[in-house]
Amino acid sequence: MAIMTLIDAVRMAMDEEMARDPRVFITGEDVGPRGGVFRATLGLHEKYGGERVVDSPLAELSIVAVGMGAALADLRPICEIQFADFIHPAFNQIISEVSRMYYRSDGQWLVPMVIRAPYGGGIAGGLYHSQSIEAFFTHAPGLKVVVPSTPYDARGLLKSAVRDPNPVLYLEPKKGYRSIKGEVPEAEYTVPIGPARIAREGGDLSVFAYGMMAHYAVQAAEKVAREDGIDAEVIDLRTLLPVDKDAIVNSVKKTGKALIVHEDTHTMGYAAEVAAVLGDDGFEYLDGPIKRLTGPDVPGVPFSHPMQEYFMPNPDKIAAAIRDLAAY
Amino acid sequence: MPTDTATRASAQIGEQTLLDMFWIMLLSRRLDERSWMLHRQGKIAFHISAMGHEAAQVAAAFAIHRGVDYVHPYYRDLALVLAVGVTPTDFMMSLYGKQADLSSGGRQMPSHFSNRSLHIVSGSAPVATQVPQAAGLAFAIKYKQRCGLVDPNDTTQPRLALTCLGEGATSQGEWHEGMNWAGVHQLPFICLVQNNIYAISVPVQSQMAVEHVADRASAYGVKGVIVDGNDLLAMYDVMADAVQRAYSGEGATLVEAKTYRPVPHSSDDDDRSYRSRDEVEAWKRKDPIVRFQRYLTDEGLLDPAKIDAYEARARAEVDRAQADAEAAPLPAAEDALGDVYAPVEG
Ligand SMILES: Cc1ncc(C[n+]2csc(CCOP(=O)(O)OP(=O)(O)O)c2C)c(N)n1
Ligand SMILES: [Mg+2]
Repeated sequence: MAIMTLIDAVRMAMDEEMARDPRVFITGEDVGPRGGVFRATLGLHEKYGGERVVDSPLAELSIVAVGMGAALADLRPICEIQFADFIHPAFNQIISEVSRMYYRSDGQWLVPMVIRAPYGGGIAGGLYHSQSIEAFFTHAPGLKVVVPSTPYDARGLLKSAVRDPNPVLYLEPKKGYRSIKGEVPEAEYTVPIGPARIAREGGDLSVFAYGMMAHYAVQAAEKVAREDGIDAEVIDLRTLLPVDKDAIVNSVKKTGKALIVHEDTHTMGYAAEVAAVLGDDGFEYLDGPIKRLTGPDVPGVPFSHPMQEYFMPNPDKIAAAIRDLAAY
Repeated sequence: MPTDTATRASAQIGEQTLLDMFWIMLLSRRLDERSWMLHRQGKIAFHISAMGHEAAQVAAAFAIHRGVDYVHPYYRDLALVLAVGVTPTDFMMSLYGKQADLSSGGRQMPSHFSNRSLHIVSGSAPVATQVPQAAGLAFAIKYKQRCGLVDPNDTTQPRLALTCLGEGATSQGEWHEGMNWAGVHQLPFICLVQNNIYAISVPVQSQMAVEHVADRASAYGVKGVIVDGNDLLAMYDVMADAVQRAYSGEGATLVEAKTYRPVPHSSDDDDRSYRSRDEVEAWKRKDPIVRFQRYLTDEGLLDPAKIDAYEARARAEVDRAQADAEAAPLPAAEDALGDVYAPVEG
């Protein structure tokens, strides 16, 4: 077992999949000799050459669309969107094309591609380098949306994404690229796309989160356990689409209370879907209100430090929300 | 482009192939006319036509390796896909939204062609989305050749990607980005713009400030060619050259076929509000099928009896396709739920 950062695990997964399958290639802005602006592809251009690690034009819709065309021709593209904030030019291709191809062709044409995008705030990135975009894309059946929160999952889920016959949007919590460290075995493994993960077992209430917020939720749960004796369960949702309804309902069956945390803005955020799943299938297990802790409904994450910190959930805010709900 | 008649690519086309090209154009036209009629009769919900574009499309199809090279067509490409191997019955199934619709199992509107075994890629409705995807198909061809996954001389493998769209759709960013990739990577890619001077009602002058779409080719580092899309042989010459460039690694070609749509945009359109009957009648006199039929007659390959025989065969095929489609079952309602995700192995 080695201790590794999240971004090292992402790079390791790509390296392994490229070594395993010559159909796997990478394209995106600055992914070549520079190794990406976050260095996720560092060393891969040198190792696999310019044919397989391809600097794209500065043009997101065609990064996705060319990747899609290559996937239709049975290659295995990994398309990097430099920041999730810049995925919107490719929205049409992802929504109208990538996610619909299998359905619209009656199962003839597959799009086995991965779109990687660093997302999320708390990094002084302002409105356009901090966005959470999952709510737009989890409304697109046909697409899978995956968000790892640990290095172990980052490697295992990305390897599964590359091998999946369906398109996968792989959102990487960029604030955690280097700050989240964890154990990663030497031996190869994959983590299946679909099931959520119990990040911390507990009996008093359930906290549902993903990405950086799953990481923070575990910290918050440890804090309230220490300071208040509250035993919170943390569910790292990690696959947002398709939704793991069973994991959501089963946890609340045990705890009776639900807090959902994300850094995306509030209205129509992913938490609304988790709450709706509990409303549909978990009603009789609930003995408290379903609570949401999210970013506020403003058009983006503001730049200046006090405003940014006001926007972002953090372990203290999550701990406070856990205490409130536990006291209900 | 060789201008000398004897060295023109079209001069090498065998007599039977010339007749085959005529046949596909005629079949497409008669199938198309029947579709308009079925719509007027209230039997089908929608039709969009290839009429007037048949020469451009059939020449393009015959210039590539049909059924092997990738084709990413647009909604107007009925004659093109018939030339690649789609049958009138396949098309009729889609008109009627029948389960046996090979393109989509009745999920898509008609004329959203797809046939994986013929390497015809499924298209959507937002215009020009297919262009950067076709660049991706061409990218994959080059990738596989360069990374040793296929032999570049293996003619059983796709060696180019052909995509089509209208001149109006070239205003989309998707077109620009696709052309740009094709140029940057010198891809085995052909973009065939079928310029019929209207995008629904909007004339080409309101669409672009340059006279020809092909004028933009140099901006992408690809070769641009303008051709009379109603002249089947001229069209074939241009396409054959583009195909040769793609196969030999010389890169992408933008072919602009000047043509006209003598019918409304679709069964939902009324073209009297945006163009004169005189204009339409003038273009009908340049009909590509009449023109090629005259050429073949002059060459001694067709005569009135042979033409009658082709017409009878077309009518019979269209009748049979219609009857088959009308008799075929509709999809089950719950087929709406299928094919959202492909199963994951292992
Ligand atoms: C993105 C998008 N906007 C609008 C439409 C509606 N629409 C369908 S076809 C068309 C005109 C296309 O004209 P052109 O590209 O010249 O092709 P043509 O139909 O003339 O062959 C329009 C506006 C569409 N399908 N997609
Ligand atoms: Mg047009």
